[in-house]
Parts: sequence; structure tokens; C-alpha cells
Amino acid sequence: MSIFRLFASRPAPAPAPPSAPIARERLQILLAHERSLRGQPDLLMLLREEILAVVSRHVTLDPEKVMVRMERGRNVSTLEVDIELPNGFEPKLAATG
Amino acid sequence: MAKVLVVTSGKGGVGKTTSTAALGAALAQNGKKVVVVDFDIGLRNLDLVMGAERRVVFDLINVVQGVAKLSQALIRDKRLETLWLLPASQTRDKEALTEEGVGRVISELRETFDWIICDSPAGIERGAMLAMRYADEAIIVTNPEVSSVRDSDRIIGMLDAKTVKAESGERVNKHVLITRYDPARAARGEMISIDDMLEILATPLLGIIPESQDVLRASNVGSPVTLNSPASAPARAYSEAARRLLGETVDMMVPSGRKGLIKLLLGRRAA
Repeated sequence: MSIFRLFASRPAPAPAPPSAPIARERLQILLAHERSLRGQPDLLMLLREEILAVVSRHVTLDPEKVMVRMERGRNVSTLEVDIELPNGFEPKLAATG
Repeated sequence: MAKVLVVTSGKGGVGKTTSTAALGAALAQNGKKVVVVDFDIGLRNLDLVMGAERRVVFDLINVVQGVAKLSQALIRDKRLETLWLLPASQTRDKEALTEEGVGRVISELRETFDWIICDSPAGIERGAMLAMRYADEAIIVTNPEVSSVRDSDRIIGMLDAKTVKAESGERVNKHVLITRYDPARAARGEMISIDDMLEILATPLLGIIPESQDVLRASNVGSPVTLNSPASAPARAYSEAARRLLGETVDMMVPSGRKGLIKLLLGRRAA
């Protein structure tokens, strides 16, 4: 064992890698996405309202019973519209038709 | 001509109220007639930071509703002749503020003051919207930290879309003010760099305020830091920011963690 070892500095714990670059990268990706959505009306709300308007021209329905759902997939996204019609809606259909 | 300046951020706790008080005092020290207006209805604090909490009689909502005249609600600062405060209401709910009512108060203030500084509440709700609604200029207070930068970006989007200026095809003049900057952490790569923040937010820099005990001490005693300890690093940074607001070109100093040689020697002797 060398005497110089006594003077050698103890190995310092490895400093944590700087995290600021990670923060910058995450922010850049997130904000690019959020900015692209900004100013656009909520697509689902818009679809729901317009579908509701079209259908209620012919059928009396409960706005609460209209469901519009969007599922985003990797390759394809689906739009699901579920409208519950009350029984006995035919008279209005017949009257307009 | 009067200028309406909103101090906003989205995120809470970044230093909006402190900055409003410090910049308001600095502008008043430059001979401008300044009013600082607290828009944080229900959670007012500008009065406390300015040391005027025991002098509040009427508030912004009283004026909006016509219960009090503007001159009755305005509180003159005890240290600076040309600095005034219009406090927020502590008891009323924020629904009492209407766009039209705020517009009336702002135009009345425009007749008397050079600078009308609106201290926005945190968030993006009604109070924050109304604080920025009539702004000519905006200061976005940001900390070098991800959530603060994200919220600032959101607020910048609102300033470009939902202000009277934006709706009439003009632009609100925007500035970023970085507060609670810690040079030691920046040197270790633990804090988003100033260049990165400015690039991400694409908005010019008004100033960098270092994290400092002096800021806390000033709010403890109810005095803007620019008045309480004018020689301190944060006070100098605020004063320079105020001069930039007035159109002067002032070199930007990035706070460094290093102490001056004399300070270092004195510090060593003391230790």
C-alpha cells in the first residue's frame, strides 16, 4: 500500500446527470402538442351538438341520452355514437315523412 | 399616455404579487404616477406586501358596483408620493367583477395614472381573464421549472387571443420575467437554462430576479424589495426591469453565484 494513497482524495459520489436538458425536451414536445390544439373548438362537443340537431329534426329525443365517444388508436381512431330513442317515436317520423 | 400592464403567470406562487409591488415602486421612483391593482378577489395580498393592509376601507368591487368612488378606494403609499394601491375585496365573491365594470374602472384610472399595473390571480379563470382583458403590456412571471413554463405558454396563448387588444387585431406587448433564479442550481444543470426558456416561450426577456432572502424579508415587513433593500441583487434586477419597461436599453445581467472578492475575504474572516 502506497503512502500516497493517504493523500489521494476519496472517490466522490458520481454527480447526478444534469436534468435540465430532459426538462427542455419534455416541454418542447408537450407544448408543440398543446399549441396545435389551441383555439380549436372541442371536436367532440361540436360533433355531439350537430348530431343531436340533425336527429332531433326527425325524432324527439332526450339530449342526455346522446353519447359520443372517440377512441384514439395507434393506426386508426374510432368515433362511437350512441343515441337512445324513446319507444313510440314513429308518429313524428310518420308525420314528417 | 397611460399604460395598462398585467402581471400574470397561470401558476401560483411564482412571484406575481412580489413583482407587482417591486416594479410598481421602481416605476414610481422613476417619477411615474403608478397604481397597482389587486385582482385576486377573495385572496387579496398585494395590500399586505405593500404594507397597507390596515388602511383598506373600500376596494375594487365597491368601485365596480358604485358603492364607493375611485378616489375613496385608492390608497396612497406612505413612502412614495406617486404610488397608489387599489385593493381587492376580501369578502365578496369574484362573480361581482364584471367585464364592463372593470373596463369602466380601468378607463377612469387611465385619466390619472401613467402606469396601471394589474396583479392577476393564479389560474386561467374569470379573475385572471379580467386582469388581462384591457392590458396594453403583459409581464409573464416564470420560474425555471417545467410546470411554470407550461402554464406561462398557456397564458401567452390567452394574451394573444382573449384580450381587447388581440380581438381588435393588435398585440399585447409581452415580456417574460424570470424569478427565483438560483445560479448555483443552474450551474449544476438542474435548472432549465434561460436560453431554453426564452426559446420555448418565444417571448423577450424583461429581467432575471435571483432567488434571495431579501425578497422574503421585504414582504415580511410590508415593503417592496426595491424600497426595502435597494442595493440588494433582486432590487437591482427589478429596477433594471422597470427601466426596460420605460424603454431604456439596459444590459441584462445573469445572476452568478460567485461572491465578490472582498465579500469572499470578509466572509472567510468572519468564519
